[in-house]
Amino acid sequence: MAAVWTFSLLLSPCLLWPSCLALTPPAELPQPHNLPPLLGINSSDGSLSVDLPRALRVFSMDYHHVQAPFEIVLWIMLASLAKLGFHWSGRVPAVVPESCLLIMVGLLVGGVIYGVRHSAPPTLSADAFFLFLLPPIVLDAGYFLPGRLFFENLGTILWYAVLGTLWNVLGIGLSLYGVCLLAQSSLGDVSLLHCLLFGSLIAAVDPVAVLSVFQEMHVNEQLHILVFGESLLNDAVTVVLYKLFESFLRLPSVSGLDVLLGGCRVVVVGLGGLFVGLFFGLVAALTSRFTSRAQVIAPLFVFLYSYLSYLTSEMLHLSGIMAIVTCAVTMKQYVEANVSERSNTSIQYFLKMWSSVSETLIFIFLGVSTIQDVHMWSWPFVCSTLLLCLIWRATGVLLLTAVVNKLRRNAVTFRDQFIIAYGGLRGAICFSLVFLIDDFPKKRLFITTTIVVILFTVFVQGMTIKPLVELLDVKRKKRALPTVSEEIHSRLIDHLLAGIEDVVGYWGQHYWKDKFEQFNRKYLRRFLIREDHQARSSILRVYQELERREQGGDVEAPQPLVDPRSHSRPLLPEEMDSIRRILSRNLQNFNNKQTPAYSRHTLHQDATMDRTRKPLHRHHSLGERYTYNTITHWPQGEAGEFNGSRRVRAGLSRSHIGKVMDNSRHRNIQETPIRQKMDVSLRFQLQT
Amino acid sequence: MGSNSSNMNHIPDGQQLLQDTGFSAAQIIRLYERFEFLDKDNTGHLRPEDLETVPDLDMNPIGARIIGAFFPPGKETLDFGSFVRILAHFLPADSNRTRAGAQQEPANSTTGKLRFAFQLYDQDRDGKISRDELLQVLRSMLGLQVTEEQLQCIAERAIQEADADKDDAISFDEFRKSLEKVDIDHKMSIRFLR
Repeated sequence: MAAVWTFSLLLSPCLLWPSCLALTPPAELPQPHNLPPLLGINSSDGSLSVDLPRALRVFSMDYHHVQAPFEIVLWIMLASLAKLGFHWSGRVPAVVPESCLLIMVGLLVGGVIYGVRHSAPPTLSADAFFLFLLPPIVLDAGYFLPGRLFFENLGTILWYAVLGTLWNVLGIGLSLYGVCLLAQSSLGDVSLLHCLLFGSLIAAVDPVAVLSVFQEMHVNEQLHILVFGESLLNDAVTVVLYKLFESFLRLPSVSGLDVLLGGCRVVVVGLGGLFVGLFFGLVAALTSRFTSRAQVIAPLFVFLYSYLSYLTSEMLHLSGIMAIVTCAVTMKQYVEANVSERSNTSIQYFLKMWSSVSETLIFIFLGVSTIQDVHMWSWPFVCSTLLLCLIWRATGVLLLTAVVNKLRRNAVTFRDQFIIAYGGLRGAICFSLVFLIDDFPKKRLFITTTIVVILFTVFVQGMTIKPLVELLDVKRKKRALPTVSEEIHSRLIDHLLAGIEDVVGYWGQHYWKDKFEQFNRKYLRRFLIREDHQARSSILRVYQELERREQGGDVEAPQPLVDPRSHSRPLLPEEMDSIRRILSRNLQNFNNKQTPAYSRHTLHQDATMDRTRKPLHRHHSLGERYTYNTITHWPQGEAGEFNGSRRVRAGLSRSHIGKVMDNSRHRNIQETPIRQKMDVSLRFQLQT
Repeated sequence: MGSNSSNMNHIPDGQQLLQDTGFSAAQIIRLYERFEFLDKDNTGHLRPEDLETVPDLDMNPIGARIIGAFFPPGKETLDFGSFVRILAHFLPADSNRTRAGAQQEPANSTTGKLRFAFQLYDQDRDGKISRDELLQVLRSMLGLQVTEEQLQCIAERAIQEADADKDDAISFDEFRKSLEKVDIDHKMSIRFLR
């Protein structure tokens, strides 16, 4: 590990040579040469060369020629090496979130550059951030979004994202204006609109920072999707409000009509982004239908279309984030059906890779950009901003949750609320937005304050959230905890109600979901998915169906390994603890699928993909005994909980299936060889 | 309400259902539309296969049990009246509009709801949840993520907590007692759209 760090430090002197001031796109032209190029041999100022007779130069170096790409590669290399070093460093990730470490590396590098060059190190230009660094992260988030969970909780997510952000923005903006009025002497020239503008950019909860902290915490699916969804959607709201206030600042005066138009603009921007994303998503799905003859470039279309949707909506001043997320969500199911296995894997790996690199670069640049000449400090402003951010977020979450819990069956508990409120970390979006403000006397103050807030939230909140949550869990245990029976029965009732709602069908969201599924099946799938793949997907569904029945019908458990009577002793506290942990982690997983929480760093094999592939292998060997290879079936994270007993238990044989079918009294299918069963299932599956 | 009951003429037992359950006429009409939608071959009866076609029910860990709850043992078909009466369990208790003549407890009272949930466990209808029955349910809810020993432990603990008369099974009263802190009415009610 030490080697990695020293290597990273060795890289930084490499950055001394260039005199670049900002991270620019590779299209930058190299510096003009002062000497006319010699015939066929490149030469320019600053080239080292061995002093040989003029005819031939054996060794020469021409840095300016490769300057721009070289520097970009060095930065990316630094970021990746830092990431590697982080993961190799053992105990540190448990205590310090990765984002903190990366910022510290950035601070170090920035300090070194400043120390050597005595001028500000390169900063993150807003254009580079918005055009190059942010899209991969958002695309990755959108592509791996757990669709069903997201749409089930969409109401709550929108509630938090839109209303919560509005509450925060107005609250912080107005309170800051109050503070500025109080401190007339030093802050007198900050107007109300400036405060509102600042409020809009500082209220933005950053998905990048939040997710990187959540990796280490145990959050159940529901909480994860709430925070994740909220951070995605509130980006759109924040950017819109920011641009709105900025345009207000440019107007000579703001009338009521302008405010009304601003409100309309918010709606237009959000919906516009949505439609742009939908359009590009459908076109991408259609294109992927025809890629069977050129499978190698199929992944490219996914990236091109997504990026195009982002750029198009940025061009039209619509919400790029909404566009790219919608595009990814729309095209995912069709692309996955159309494109080969390897291309699917390539798409997923590239997405993970790019978003990982992007995120690392962002944090490092946050660190580097902190070292600057431009700081302006003001105690009242900075401290009050910090306090107000915390207060307004906490009150917002409390109020909103109180209302939304009346409408949800699964209440958002106090622990969840604490995590949502305290986990509202700010990140690079605020940072870039503050640089984009038109210049005015107090701009430097805003920049400094933003940096302080980001560093505070990432470091202090990021590092303390896990211990605080554990403390909260401990405190909760002192009061009356729900008993194990209560938890189990409550969960059963939840599943029961979900099932009854499905049966009844017209309750709220199920109505629209059913309608959409019908529309999808009748028109979209026929149009957008390749002919032969349509049939394959329905046969795969049948295999899945049979698979599920086998699993679900495994009612005849083998004899319990230990006589149950011998267990009738009071359980030790640590056994109770482990039981509770198992229950809380697993009972909240709605789908009962082994889909782990969304992870930036690893590509968990999607359980459904495994489920489709496995039956194809298994059912080839009719009449033979086969064993369930459970170890490869489920992702590595849970592998520790499996042991030999699972494999023994799950080893199904052909004869067992016949017995299993008998047990389920609700099925009129008699014990038949598997082909006949398949026919019956096929028939009623394809009928629906 | 009165004008709506004229639309209910084509619904079998419509008036009787209005009286017995707490549904409004509009709700019964919508439930009938749903019943007809599920009844693919238009026989006027639902079979288990019809309920199995409901999307997402197959992803439900206790989906099969829920379907089983609609079809009591021995009956393989479900007519509209039984369908509605079962769904009446999930009305909020305050909308209880049973008229005079309801002898037994209304289905949507807390006891009625709990009894419905109890029967999901108690497949053999002996009035008790045995250890095996509890294990089966646990396995379907947790089974793919937890080992067999851990399941045994959890089931053991659950029975220990609830079993007051030490018969190694959970009776209905013990079941109700273990859920006394939960707001059953809020948790087990569906807001049926008008």
